[in-house]
Amino acid sequence: MLIRRPDPIKPSEITPRSAYLSRRQLIAGAAAWGMLPAGAALAGAFPNLRKSDYKVDEALTSQKDVTHYNNFYEFGLDKEDPSANAPGRLKTRPWTIEVGGECAKPGTIDIDSFLKDNTIEERIYRHRCVEAWSMVIPWAGVPLGEVLKRFEPNSNAKYVAFETLMNPAQMPGQRSGEFTWPYREGLRIDEAMHPLALLAVGLYGETLPEQNGAPIRLVVPWKYGFKGIKSIVRITFTPTQPRTLWNIYAPREYGFYSNVNPAVDHPRWSQAKEHRIGEFGRRPTLPFNGYADQVASLYSGMDLKQYF
Amino acid sequence: MRLLVHLLCALPLLWLGGLAALDRLGANPVEAAIRFSGDWALRILILALAVTPLRQFAKLSVLASYRRMLGLWGFAYAVLHLLGYVVLDQFFDWANIGHEIIKHKFITAGMAAFALLAPLAATSTQGMIKRMGGQAWRRLHRAVYLAVPLAALHYIWMVKAGWKQPATYMAIALLLLLSRWVYALRR
Repeated sequence: MLIRRPDPIKPSEITPRSAYLSRRQLIAGAAAWGMLPAGAALAGAFPNLRKSDYKVDEALTSQKDVTHYNNFYEFGLDKEDPSANAPGRLKTRPWTIEVGGECAKPGTIDIDSFLKDNTIEERIYRHRCVEAWSMVIPWAGVPLGEVLKRFEPNSNAKYVAFETLMNPAQMPGQRSGEFTWPYREGLRIDEAMHPLALLAVGLYGETLPEQNGAPIRLVVPWKYGFKGIKSIVRITFTPTQPRTLWNIYAPREYGFYSNVNPAVDHPRWSQAKEHRIGEFGRRPTLPFNGYADQVASLYSGMDLKQYF
Repeated sequence: MRLLVHLLCALPLLWLGGLAALDRLGANPVEAAIRFSGDWALRILILALAVTPLRQFAKLSVLASYRRMLGLWGFAYAVLHLLGYVVLDQFFDWANIGHEIIKHKFITAGMAAFALLAPLAATSTQGMIKRMGGQAWRRLHRAVYLAVPLAALHYIWMVKAGWKQPATYMAIALLLLLSRWVYALRR
């Protein structure tokens, strides 16, 4: 079967390192000369947190629910486990991400420099779990594509693979042999470069809590929540489709793409409707979680029942 | 003693009511209530299945009178569990419930378990035993041997991961059924 894929990112579209470095100097210079509001540097976890146009006009899920009801199997199987077990256990400093594979400039991201060097923007996204519950979450982060470009992926970089920290002392769930640890996820390169894909470092304007994947996690709002890998330590550009934890665990139930799709049920339960946390009853699930206008073209010509 | 067993069986229900009243069921109270009642239905039904083997092997004949009580309490939690699904989760969306019973095997198994239990609860009175005759009544009530493993299967098929706990329930239920068979062979 012929699958039409969008053209790979042209080398000319990738911002050269020198350009963004000079951009940063400009911003740093502006701050030094007092051209940015003085109070901004003191406010919250993210001075200069920029409100973005990426937002949905739906009621936010409460901060308490966002931070106390989620899956992070490294800290237990129940949705109350991450908030009970992750804080105090997960050490988020020092923290680096190794970036390598098919790229011209492999390197490391240090989380503190990352926070200093990037404009952090707030985006309000829908979040749809494969278990048929959903939330609306104000994330703080940096577009993934912007970050990836700096490492200059080459033309063999067809996919991007992500890995979570492997540390059973900090993450007791990794002692269970039920899963193939560490947690792994992946995106096709065009998905990773899509402006909606976000590397989140905070939520509700605050530093990302340990239980939500501190210090840095992926958010891909048109896919089921488990694609949003947490506490990332490694990013690799790969020529072939990377293996992912849930796909290894149950390949019939969790495909590589895992785009939110009300028309394709999980083999054991329905995906047609969802329970929005904080609401009563169920609301219909939207194709691509309501982001079809932005992302459907990534999959044109693909049979989404086959590539679920 | 009978009062004590009733109280013990009512305790989870009181606990659930307390949590609900204090809004302590977490971010997804409907799911929490459904899971909680399902857990206790299965646990108490397994206890009911344990009565006969304990009587046979441990010679605790005094236990016999608790079998019906435990069975009915287990069924009561199963009713709550089903009501939670039909009313709170699905809000009487019968079309969708029907679709789920056919399409999703964990719902099929759960509904089948409930369908098997309901006539047992309905015929649990002394009057019904007399009217049906001991033999027919006993034959009917062997349906519980199928209903409890089906309920455990419903749980195994429901979980996304973490199959150990539901599999433990299944193992205990099967052991209790096996012990009946062993006992029958030895006689």
